[in-house]
Amino acid sequence: MQLSKLLIASSIALSSLMASAQQLDITIYNQTHGIIFTPFVVAGHDANTHIFQVGQAASSELQMQAEGGDPSGVVGLLNTANAAVSVNPAGGLLMPGQSTNLMLDTGMNGYLSLTSMLLPTNDGFAGIDAWKVPTTAGVYWIDVDAYDAGTEANDEIINGGGAPGVPGIPAAPGMDGGVNGTGVTSQETNTNIHVHRGSLGDTDATGGSSDLDSRIHRWLNPVLKLRVEVL
Amino acid sequence: MKFSKENSRLSRNFRQIGIVLAAVFFVSACNDTTDPAPVTIVPTKIFRLDATNLTANQPMSPVAVVLHTSGDFWQIGQPVSVAIETLAEGGDNSQMLQSAMADNSVSTAGILLPGASASAFITSTNFSNLYLSAATMLVNTNDAFSGINRIAVDTLAVGETLAFNKAAYDAGTESNSEMSGTIPGPADGGEGFNSQRDDRDFLTLHSGVVTQDDGLATSVLNESHRFDNPVILVKITRVQ
Repeated sequence: MQLSKLLIASSIALSSLMASAQQLDITIYNQTHGIIFTPFVVAGHDANTHIFQVGQAASSELQMQAEGGDPSGVVGLLNTANAAVSVNPAGGLLMPGQSTNLMLDTGMNGYLSLTSMLLPTNDGFAGIDAWKVPTTAGVYWIDVDAYDAGTEANDEIINGGGAPGVPGIPAAPGMDGGVNGTGVTSQETNTNIHVHRGSLGDTDATGGSSDLDSRIHRWLNPVLKLRVEVL
Repeated sequence: MKFSKENSRLSRNFRQIGIVLAAVFFVSACNDTTDPAPVTIVPTKIFRLDATNLTANQPMSPVAVVLHTSGDFWQIGQPVSVAIETLAEGGDNSQMLQSAMADNSVSTAGILLPGASASAFITSTNFSNLYLSAATMLVNTNDAFSGINRIAVDTLAVGETLAFNKAAYDAGTESNSEMSGTIPGPADGGEGFNSQRDDRDFLTLHSGVVTQDDGLATSVLNESHRFDNPVILVKITRVQ
């Protein structure tokens, strides 16, 4: 009993010594049927850094990414925090059923985060908040859910509005969106980051309340799957 | 009533195991008469699979359970096999059960109703690189299915259980029209398998059904047929 406790303690000590400079081989899968992802930010960072936290207000940098897909603000925050950052590994948009791969040397950083905007949505993003990178080499799988940044009303109107504070959806890159929607809502009742309730959509491409198509642009969680191999 | 049915199914399964064990013993007994040297009993692993339908009103087709030593039955982003297409569009698991990859396969009995559970026993004499896959259709959909793919079970100890809450997949082989005549389940009684592939033709997670109650006028489904993830709980226990 004492000996096994000692062994466990020493193995923990050993693995924490080995925690530095981890090399990660990461593959991101878009699991959705009709959602397209903007350039990903993937980062290794310390215990005090968060791109976002559920239940708290989004930073203006995350708002830039969640409303318009622009990752530059989030990358700036991470660089200031001395994070190891990979930006836009897919070289543009990640389509349904597609995957992208990246290598990340986390250096001394023990936590992994990820963000990307869901198109077409007003301010939906997929995110991982500070996943503790295992110290044991091997393959790990992470299911990633969609969140609502809480910074913009989900009016579901595709009007090119991607700048922070501008209503509307920047684009439906699948060219399967509608026009002349009257707007699903003008309110955002929960202004903190929360699990996205999903899009409503309708089946009227030239009217109705939404420019989204209920047969194409809905989703159920999880939206992404990550394969993380700790080398 | 349900309890006794469950019991009889269990005892039938144990009887099957008994037959397997008797056969193994018979082989070793034969060896014994021809060769007085060591008695070899073929070691057999027995796994029990339990599946619970977590949905509100999506009956599930009989669950195909397959042990295999290589391969995947499906992968996100890849076109599914005709065997999976057949299962996902019509609930017919026969091609998956007869897959060339299969080391052994078995199906649960009958339709797995919402809220109900089903179980099956499966055996193997393979001890390394052993994987378990299982699949079932959500029958009030065009081509939604769920299950587990390529779960390593070779390191599972006797009595140990793995549990998975799984999401619904969209096979991508049939458009999610929800139209009359396209859905094999009780909501429609329409067509099952059709070799035409008129959707994206690669595997994704399912985005859910829209239904007539949520504005899709041509849908035969109603609000009760909607589902959210997870849709099924799958447990694997090594019993021997």
